[in-house]
Amino acid sequence: MTRYLLRRVGFLALTVLLTSMLVFAVTQLLPGDPARIILGREAGPAALAQLREELGLDRSVPVQYLDWLGGFMTGDWGDSYGTGQAIRPLVTERLGNSLRLAGLTLLVAVPLALLLGIVAAVNAERWPDTLISVGSLAVVGLPEFVTGLVLIQLFSFQLGWLPANASIPAGTGFVAALPQLILPALTATLVMLAYVARLTRASVLEELQRPYVRTARLKGVTGRSVLLRHVLRNALLPAITVIAISFGWLISGLIVVENVFNYPGLGRLMTFAIDRRDLPLMQSITLVAVVAFALANLIADLLYAALDPRIRLS
Amino acid sequence: MSAERRGAGLEVEGLTVRYGDGPDAPAAIRDVDLQVAPGETVGLVGESGSGKTTLALAVLRALPEAGRVDGGRISLAGDDLLAMDARALRELWRHRIKLVPQNPLPSMNPAHTVGHQLAESLSPDRPGRADRERIDAMLDAVGLADPGRIRRSYPFELSGGQQQRVMIAMALLGEPELLVMDEPTTNLDVTTEAAILELVRGLVRGSDTAVLYVSHSLGVVSQLCDRVEVLYAGELVECAPVDELYDAPRHPYTVGLLDSVPLLGRTKTDAPLRPIPGRIPDPTELPPGCVFAPRCPAAEEACRTARPALESAGPNRLVACRRWREIADGDVSARQPAPGHAEEALEVAAGDAPALSAIGIEKRFETRRGLMDRLRGREAGAVKALRGVDLEVRQGRTLGLVGESGSGKSTLARAVIGLEPASDGTFELLGVPLTRRLERRDREVIRRLQMVFQSSDEALNPHRSVGATLRRPFMHLAGLDRAEADRRVARLLESVNLTADYAARMPDQLSGGEKQRVTVARAFASDPELILFDESVSGLDVSVQASLLNLLDELQRERHASYLFISHDLAVVAHLADDVAVLYLGQVMESGPAGTVLAPPYHPYTEALLAAVPRIDPHVAAARPPLEGEVPSPRDVPPGCPFATRCPRVLGAVCHDEPPPVTVDEDGRHRIRCHIPRDELLELQEPLVERVAT
Amino acid sequence: MTTPGGGGAATAAPPAQPAPLAGARHLLGELYARPTSAIGTTLVALFVAMALIGPWLAPYGPTEQILSDRSQAPGAAHWFGTDRLGRDVFSRVVTGARDIFLLAGGGTAVAVAIGTVAGLVTSTLGGWWEEITFRLFDTLLAMPALLLALLLLGTLGPSRSSVLWVIAVAYTPIVARVVRSVVLSVKTREWVAAARMQGETLPWILTREILPSVLPALAVEAALRFSYAIFLVASLGFLGVGVQPPNPDWGLMVAEARDYVYLTPWSLIFPAAAISLLVVSVNLAADGLGRALRTEGR
Repeated sequence: MTRYLLRRVGFLALTVLLTSMLVFAVTQLLPGDPARIILGREAGPAALAQLREELGLDRSVPVQYLDWLGGFMTGDWGDSYGTGQAIRPLVTERLGNSLRLAGLTLLVAVPLALLLGIVAAVNAERWPDTLISVGSLAVVGLPEFVTGLVLIQLFSFQLGWLPANASIPAGTGFVAALPQLILPALTATLVMLAYVARLTRASVLEELQRPYVRTARLKGVTGRSVLLRHVLRNALLPAITVIAISFGWLISGLIVVENVFNYPGLGRLMTFAIDRRDLPLMQSITLVAVVAFALANLIADLLYAALDPRIRLS
Repeated sequence: MSAERRGAGLEVEGLTVRYGDGPDAPAAIRDVDLQVAPGETVGLVGESGSGKTTLALAVLRALPEAGRVDGGRISLAGDDLLAMDARALRELWRHRIKLVPQNPLPSMNPAHTVGHQLAESLSPDRPGRADRERIDAMLDAVGLADPGRIRRSYPFELSGGQQQRVMIAMALLGEPELLVMDEPTTNLDVTTEAAILELVRGLVRGSDTAVLYVSHSLGVVSQLCDRVEVLYAGELVECAPVDELYDAPRHPYTVGLLDSVPLLGRTKTDAPLRPIPGRIPDPTELPPGCVFAPRCPAAEEACRTARPALESAGPNRLVACRRWREIADGDVSARQPAPGHAEEALEVAAGDAPALSAIGIEKRFETRRGLMDRLRGREAGAVKALRGVDLEVRQGRTLGLVGESGSGKSTLARAVIGLEPASDGTFELLGVPLTRRLERRDREVIRRLQMVFQSSDEALNPHRSVGATLRRPFMHLAGLDRAEADRRVARLLESVNLTADYAARMPDQLSGGEKQRVTVARAFASDPELILFDESVSGLDVSVQASLLNLLDELQRERHASYLFISHDLAVVAHLADDVAVLYLGQVMESGPAGTVLAPPYHPYTEALLAAVPRIDPHVAAARPPLEGEVPSPRDVPPGCPFATRCPRVLGAVCHDEPPPVTVDEDGRHRIRCHIPRDELLELQEPLVERVAT
Repeated sequence: MTTPGGGGAATAAPPAQPAPLAGARHLLGELYARPTSAIGTTLVALFVAMALIGPWLAPYGPTEQILSDRSQAPGAAHWFGTDRLGRDVFSRVVTGARDIFLLAGGGTAVAVAIGTVAGLVTSTLGGWWEEITFRLFDTLLAMPALLLALLLLGTLGPSRSSVLWVIAVAYTPIVARVVRSVVLSVKTREWVAAARMQGETLPWILTREILPSVLPALAVEAALRFSYAIFLVASLGFLGVGVQPPNPDWGLMVAEARDYVYLTPWSLIFPAAAISLLVVSVNLAADGLGRALRTEGR
């Protein structure tokens, strides 16, 4: 178990390191000169050269990478090209907002999705299953910006219950921000819901076919106990992995959702950075998101290992 | 429960089970009767497609969703099982009927401890409150020492034998009136099987539990049961007390089954197998008359038009054959014709090199070393699967290689063929050393050395037709053009008793036996000198296995090929092989001509293996107590004799500490690796195989 | 699509196998056996037709501004109405279909081609090649697809070819993984060992013995990837980093129309409906394809 844990952590570190190289390498592809982008067309060669030196762009690429990585690890994430602000406070604040939204989404989506998946599997090929399966197929097809806009139409403009714009000011508490959070969270929930529910259904169905289910039934265990005590215990293990993978899905979804609702999270910040071709900002956001995703996977792995005796005891 | 009610036991009358909806849905079971009295053990025997498992599940009221009872009656102690609702069924399952399934591991929940699952059997609603002492007592009764450790284990931590013992304990905890055992020893090693059978025999003796024992193995059933029912294509064909069935079978199908089983002591030369031709009919296309008529040697016109009734053929005997009296009187033979072949044994010149010699073969599997292991300076571990194997396959002859799982049989075969190259030692094909890796061997070597795997769906590519598979060796290895290759494929198919039109079929259109014939054909396509058979007839029904064994014998005579025939089934090996080698933990314990190996002096391991083979003869009781314990892991092989940990004849410290010497008989061909001298072994041992004349 | 893999499959069919035509008919039969996949397949076919003949179907050019007809509600002259610049929404939706098929379909095709070859070859060979390839793929997979797309487009700058390549980069690892999982389960099968024992070469074993088993899973995965790719193209368009104005990209059209949703709701509804309908139909068809290939495997 300890070995397993160490191996997972090592694997996580390696992945993040490789990803950081990739992120850095990609941003080297940028056509044109960052100094030119910052200073504009009219800047003279002397000013450009000076800025390049300030930014460290005159050094070799590996040195730049190590410098950047070292800075990132020690908390110096550099300054934004666009606004000149320090990146770290900006990104951490936005990260907090995104996590808040992600947490709310997971809180609603995961239990609901598991429930729908289980109901569909237990009633396989009967009407509740058809309803849930076709429903989830349909919802999976709706891009977040479409569902988001529909929800805005319905709940903000038609019913007037909730705000359409979720641009909460910095420092707003969770409860105070809740009205703004509901619609974006609901939008993100829908897609994840469908995805997790479909995979949960498949997983429960597979377990229901296993011989140990017959063994339990033939002991005279009631149908409900067979489901709760035997099937779910095994079926929900893969669901943990599914949820971890769908966390990546959620990050993608949140980027769109935040832009639809103008919510001040990392996704909104990312499009902002792209608009201004703000390389350091883009790099930091990406790396932070990658670390968050990797941590989610690690937690899922550990949870899985803790619940599966075959891994726990080996 | 009153004594009279218990008196009736299980009664099944006129049971029909269909899969699918509607009155015309195929019936897997038709009009079957079955009685099991309390305290009685009834064997339910049949090949695949006979409907034996369907019958067992119907009795349990646990048919799969598509299956339904369409007529008939099932009762236990007079209570109608078919009338029971869900609640009553739960009560039935809790206290009165229990199942021991075929595969113990998937039948247990991987996420719960064994103790929890046993407790659930006692107390399905509140396993937490189950009586732990009763569980421990039961674990002890099924021969599991240290019940506390077993209870805390998860299923995957137990060995196969232990798992099956747990399943038996789970069933017996409910103190059932009826115990259904569905092939409980099928996937176990022969020594483990013998131990489980011994356990079941002991548990059943003197109890008033009715036992229904489902099996494909006539041997197992003959050792365990009072009465046997034989099922064929969903119908009951014969039912008799066990000794009468084996001594004087009345139904031609029973006769055919008994003639298909290789018996220890009878070899291919003195008693060729008499397989049943054709195949079991599908429930959707049953013959109009007797279901067995198309394959029956005694069938007459009336058999093909009218279904025979189940008649009483003496006390406790039922048979569904219109000619049973003639068969009983000897007026008509119900035996299949024996395969005719020339008796000439191939002459091998004394100076000829063996077809294959293995000299000091070793195979190590390196265990992977992680980063942490390297940092901690841990050595890379190695599992030694083969530890100095010396063997010889004579030209035109068959060397049978036996051993339990983990003995290294398959590893050896894969090393010979080069799929998993040996780590050390040399193979010589007709005196010429072989390159170890398959990919480095030249075409000529590849052509001369072929292999047939265990019959399974994996042996043939499901996406390629039989013709496409068989054509390749002709084109690729023999360099023939397409048209000539196709002609040769047709001839090849005929030589394995298939018709040329099989070339157009896809593997999923073939039965198990036909698939295996195709893989045999593929091996023979390049006209090889040596063919390796790795469990190639295992897992097939006995009648199919018999015809395949006859085919292999015939092909060997025709083509003068040499065989290395690997099997866990000693009776099959003894039937086919000219020479036998016994492998244990990667070492040859005994080897020599078949007749010598099967007669004393035995290596104690050979002796134990022979004793464990279930005899198809209810008059021969199990010879001796079965072997204790299980094969040690190849990771920690004992330093002395590898068999010392289980050997009933162990001498003392010398066996555990020192590797035993190999002794040879006067002919120089029979070798035993043992500390006990040969003459001492000869004195200690009784012959375990009686040579039976036909 | 001419991938090395695809070529192998075409020649692998021996004459004894059912003719490809019969196979296709069987597949269609399975797809039309259930109403959901029947609807999905039909709609996908209609969308494909739209992509092929869209420009001839459209009464106006996609960027043609009819200044007199600005912000018209749907009617006889403009079936889907016009946007506030006077462009015919129907013409834009219909001509936009081609772009989405080109970008999403092209990106998916590249991903399937590279992913299949990479997965097939490296996982059959094993060893270092496999290790390095999949370590790289895992690194790409550590980034959620949209984030990777944004990072790439943010640096490369938005253009149609970048969108296509971004899809290819994002989905190649996923396809390779699917291929690998099948290869790993197939390569230890006895029929593969049997082919090795017959002295068959690696290319033969890859294309004739292993690839046919990969194809069903690959077909389903390709269909699924295509639906996600449509999603991704539309999302990038909506975020303004994908296809640029004035191209008739459906996601971009939604983004442009959302500020005027009161004025011209139709200019938002129709492209949004087109995206959703296409993705749903591809999903339904993929679902049906999966079922069909599973029953065929039995």
